[in-house]
Amino acid sequence: MTRWAMVADLRRCVGCQTCTAACRHANATPPGVQWRRVLDMEFGEYPNVQRAFVPVGCQHCDDPPCMDVCPTTATRKRDDGIVTIDYDLCIGCAYCAVACPYQARYKTQKALFAYGKATESEAKRHDDARLAVATKCTFCVERIDAGLEQGLRPGVDPEATPACVNACISGALTFGDLDDPQGNVAQLLDRTQHFRMHEELGTGPGFYYLWDKVS
Amino acid sequence: MTYGPNPWQQTSWDARAAGNFMCGGAGAGLIVFAALSGANGPALSGLLLAGLALVGLGLFCVFLETGRPLRAINVLFNPRTSWMSREAFTAALLFAVGVATVIGWTQIPWLAVALALFFVYCQARMLRAAKGIPAWREPLIEPLIVATGLCEGGGLFLLAVPLHGAGTLWLLAVFGALLIVRVLAWLAYRRRLAGTTAPGAAAALDNAGRILLYAGTGVPLALVALIVAGAVSGSQVPLFAALAGLPATLAGSYLKFALVTRAGFNQGFALTHLPVRGQPR
Repeated sequence: MTRWAMVADLRRCVGCQTCTAACRHANATPPGVQWRRVLDMEFGEYPNVQRAFVPVGCQHCDDPPCMDVCPTTATRKRDDGIVTIDYDLCIGCAYCAVACPYQARYKTQKALFAYGKATESEAKRHDDARLAVATKCTFCVERIDAGLEQGLRPGVDPEATPACVNACISGALTFGDLDDPQGNVAQLLDRTQHFRMHEELGTGPGFYYLWDKVS
Repeated sequence: MTYGPNPWQQTSWDARAAGNFMCGGAGAGLIVFAALSGANGPALSGLLLAGLALVGLGLFCVFLETGRPLRAINVLFNPRTSWMSREAFTAALLFAVGVATVIGWTQIPWLAVALALFFVYCQARMLRAAKGIPAWREPLIEPLIVATGLCEGGGLFLLAVPLHGAGTLWLLAVFGALLIVRVLAWLAYRRRLAGTTAPGAAAALDNAGRILLYAGTGVPLALVALIVAGAVSGSQVPLFAALAGLPATLAGSYLKFALVTRAGFNQGFALTHLPVRGQPR
C-alpha cells in the first residue's frame, strides 16, 4: 500500500513563507486562503526565548474527523491517504471546518482577488466551483496522479511532488510514501525524533514534525 | 497570517448555526411536552405545529448558513457517519409523523415524541463530533444538550398554558425535575472542561452558566414549587406557569447561543517538542 505523508523539519524551517507562496501560485487560492501556511511561534520569556516556524495545513489524517461529519460525502479519503473534497457535492455547511483540529479548511463566500479587480492570471485561473464550499490542501493531488501516470516518483521527482515541497528553500519539507521503508519519508523518520500535532485526538495525522536527531 | 499557539474563537458557525440548536431543541422539547400533557384536539395540534415550526425554523437557519443552499438536499447523503445527515433524516420523518398526527391520521403522538427525542440527540452528537472545538467535543455535552432542549420545550409549553390550558401538576413536577437534571448536567460538563478550554471560552460559558443557574433554574423552580404546593390557584396558575417557562427557555437558549458563538474556541496549535538547533539548552 501507499500512504502519502509529509514531513516538516522544524530545525530547518526558517519561516520564509516560500511554501505558502508556492501553494498559492500552484493552487490559485484567493487572498486570505493559505492551504499551506507557516506559523511563527515564540516561547519563553526574555532572555530565554525560542522561536519556531511551523508549517501547517491539512494533515491528511488516517481517521479524518472532517470526513465523518461531512453530511454530503463531499470529503473522502483515498486509499493512498489523501483527503479530498468534491466541490460539486459540498454544500458549504462548514461542519468540516469546526471538526478539523488543525484549522485547515477555508470557505470563501465570494470571489476575491489580490488587487480588487482580477488580474489576467487570476481571471484565467478563477474557479467558481470553489466558491462557498470547503477547500483545503490537496497535497497537490493532480501533480501526484499525473506524475504517477508518467512513471515518476512523488517526493523524488519535482513534477510529481507538491508545490510547497518543491519550493522549500531549506529542505525542511519532505514528501513521500510512508509505507515504503526505503523511501525518503520513512528513512527520515527512522533517524530523527518526531511528533504529530494533537496526536491525542486519535486522528492519525499524515504530517510529521521533526525536532531532533535520534539520541 | 499567523496565529501562534493560542486558541481563537471559530468563525465558521455563527448565530445562524446557533439558531438551529436553539430552535430545534426547543421545538423538539415542545413536541415531547405536548404529548406528555395529554392534550388533544386543537390544543395538541397547535402545540405540535408550533414544535414543528420551531424545528423547521432551526433548519432554515442552517439553510441560510450554507454556502450552496440550492444543494441542500445533499445533506442527506451521509447518514452512515454524519450526525448532520441523521438530524436531517430525523427532521423529515418528524415532519411527516407530526403532520399525520395533526390531520388526524393517527391519534398517537408517541412516534413523534420518539423522533423528537432522537432529533435533539442528533444535535447533541453533532456538537460532540466537532473535534476541533474542545468545548463541543466533551462527551458530557450530550446530556446537557438533550436536557436543555427538553427544558426549553417544557418552558415554551408552560409559557403557552394561558392559550392551551393543558397541563397537570404531574407535568409541572416533570418540568421541575428536568430543570434539576439540566443544571446538574451543566455543572458536570463545566467541571469536566475546567483547565482544558481557552480562558475566553471559559468566561463565556461561566457567564451563560450563571444565567442558567439563577434565572433559568432557580426562578422557575421556585415558581413551579409554589404551584405544586398549592400556594397559587385558579386563574393565577397559568400566569405563574408562564412566568416559570419563560426564563427557563431563554436561559437554555442563551447557553446554546454562547456555546456556539462565544465558547467555540479551537485548541490552537501545540508543539510537544521544540526544535533542537545549535547548542543544546
